[in-house]
Amino acid sequence: MSVFIIRRLMQSVIVVAVMSLIVFVGVNVVGDPVDMLINPEADQAEIERVIRDLGLDRPLHEQYLYFVGNAFEGDLGKSFVFGESALKLIVQRMPATFELAFSALLMAIVIGVPFGVYAGMRPNAISSRTIMAGSILGFSLPTFWVGLMMIMVFAVMLGWLPSTGRGDTVEIFGIEVSFLTADGLSHLLMPALNLALLKISLVIRLARAGTREAMHQDYVKFARAKGLSETRVILVHVLKNIMIPVVTVLGLEFGSLIAFSVVTETVFAWPGMGKLLIDALHNLDRPIIVAYLMMIVLVFVIINLIVDIFYSVLDPRVRLKDAGQ
Amino acid sequence: MTSDTPTLDVRDLKTHFFTKAGVARAVDGVSFTVGKGEVVGLVGESGSGKSVTGFSIIGLVDPPGRVVSGEVRFKGQNLLDLKAEQMRKLRGNRIAMIFQDPMMTLNPVLRVDTQMVETIRAHDASVSKADALARARDALGQVGIPAPDERLRSYPHQFSGGMRQRVAIAIALLNKPDLIIADEPTTALDVTIQGQILYEAQKLCRETGTSMIWITHDLAVVAGLADKICVMYGGRIVEQGLIDDVLDHPVHPYTRGLLGSVPGHNTRGHRLYQIPGMAPSLLNLPEGCAFQARCPKADDACKALPHITNPVPGREIRCFHPHLDQDEEIGA
Repeated sequence: MSVFIIRRLMQSVIVVAVMSLIVFVGVNVVGDPVDMLINPEADQAEIERVIRDLGLDRPLHEQYLYFVGNAFEGDLGKSFVFGESALKLIVQRMPATFELAFSALLMAIVIGVPFGVYAGMRPNAISSRTIMAGSILGFSLPTFWVGLMMIMVFAVMLGWLPSTGRGDTVEIFGIEVSFLTADGLSHLLMPALNLALLKISLVIRLARAGTREAMHQDYVKFARAKGLSETRVILVHVLKNIMIPVVTVLGLEFGSLIAFSVVTETVFAWPGMGKLLIDALHNLDRPIIVAYLMMIVLVFVIINLIVDIFYSVLDPRVRLKDAGQ
Repeated sequence: MTSDTPTLDVRDLKTHFFTKAGVARAVDGVSFTVGKGEVVGLVGESGSGKSVTGFSIIGLVDPPGRVVSGEVRFKGQNLLDLKAEQMRKLRGNRIAMIFQDPMMTLNPVLRVDTQMVETIRAHDASVSKADALARARDALGQVGIPAPDERLRSYPHQFSGGMRQRVAIAIALLNKPDLIIADEPTTALDVTIQGQILYEAQKLCRETGTSMIWITHDLAVVAGLADKICVMYGGRIVEQGLIDDVLDHPVHPYTRGLLGSVPGHNTRGHRLYQIPGMAPSLLNLPEGCAFQARCPKADDACKALPHITNPVPGREIRCFHPHLDQDEEIGA
């Protein structure tokens, strides 16, 4: 197991290194931030001073090496707009995004798995067909539109839930969270559901397909032949088998939850990283964009590692293979 | 061998599958009894309804299949009258089942001890986990698994096919059932392993008085194991009787054809006999005898369903033209 983790860690380092190069070069070939930042009436000397200050006069490879050197010291550059450390800005916003993404993930499992298993057990029932039709809607409706509709119905027309912001937050371990206060929770509900919608649909489909397959397996029939109650057959024998694909896919999708939160955060004015990124893209604030992308790469790499480890816990056959190496 | 009430008394059992393509009469009027400690071989080709008969008895016919009529009397009680929960209490407790493919019957993500302990506790929640584990260990030992303590903590993929089938048998034995339905349990195994499992099964029935229905297509297996044989064709039992009688003097043309197509030492160098034609689809069985299209003796009489007759003592057949002349060449 430890050999496996060390090997995976080394792979992860290479992925991060390659991604840093791609991200840095990619961001540097689009647009000129100087045009956006500078007063249009500034003279040539002024423009050149700004370019020099930002380090944009030097060749790209030098800029990259300078960036990498700083990155090792935890410095991903200074925001052109705010004049503050880009990393600090992102880390400040990160808890809000993670809170949103985790809530959405939780909803995807808590809502998606039971509905999916139910639909898989009774594939021809009208209730199951309704669930499946709902999941198609969840897949196909654009997130931003659903978000806007939710605001219109629940915030404007019914007035049940607040439409924007994080609400009251409390600090635990120095991190601000919303979900521990009633007000924060009511602010969290809509954006989290909005973000989760796509994943709920995905989990429903995965759980349904897995259940339908498992129900016809001999081990389920054998479990019934042993006289186990239907509850135990479903909750232990079927569920443990279908959780393998669900965990794998959801783990990988967690990264995309964070990425998709850009849209949801914009619609619900949720003060997370996604909102910061959108603003940075408007202003061509390169350090923020680079720092954001690097954070996302890091998150993806860590998630993949955790999924692999978790997967081996769920599936004993994977565990054995690693131990044998 | 048999007491007053047989362990199992199946009467005119009919299990049909209501598919989109039509009604498949997988089991169509099957009657037989299993006495205490008796081993009954249920023999037939693929699709003859032998496995569905087994699943009908234990109440696990998957939709679109359904037991349509008949009686399954287990120690005098008709199982078809029982509610789902009452039936669950019997399954794995008084009636156990062993499946064909040992690679598929154990849940791959649960440890063997989990799968054994739950079988005990599903029927008696008062058994402590430690006691259940002790019983599980004894059951593994009973079927000849070495180091049962260690093996309890293993996952199914850490066992070979033969060992997995032993585990499945040990699970079937856990609650000391009165009846075990074995659905081709040795088909997927090596011949040597098959021999060991058969030996264990036979020993078990002798020692504990457990009755057994052994479903198979392999006549050699039942020849050495069973007391009685039921030969199935097209959802019906076409011939049944004591094993030696039937194998030595088959009366039904299908049984004769089946026995004639078994390779033996005096068929070396000759072309093996084969029953002409192929097994009919259950969706469009002919009216009357299902075997008529392939039977050398069939005539117009066979267009009606033959009733059960006793042409020889202790033998039940469904045929208008039984082979009663013992000197006739098999396969003629």
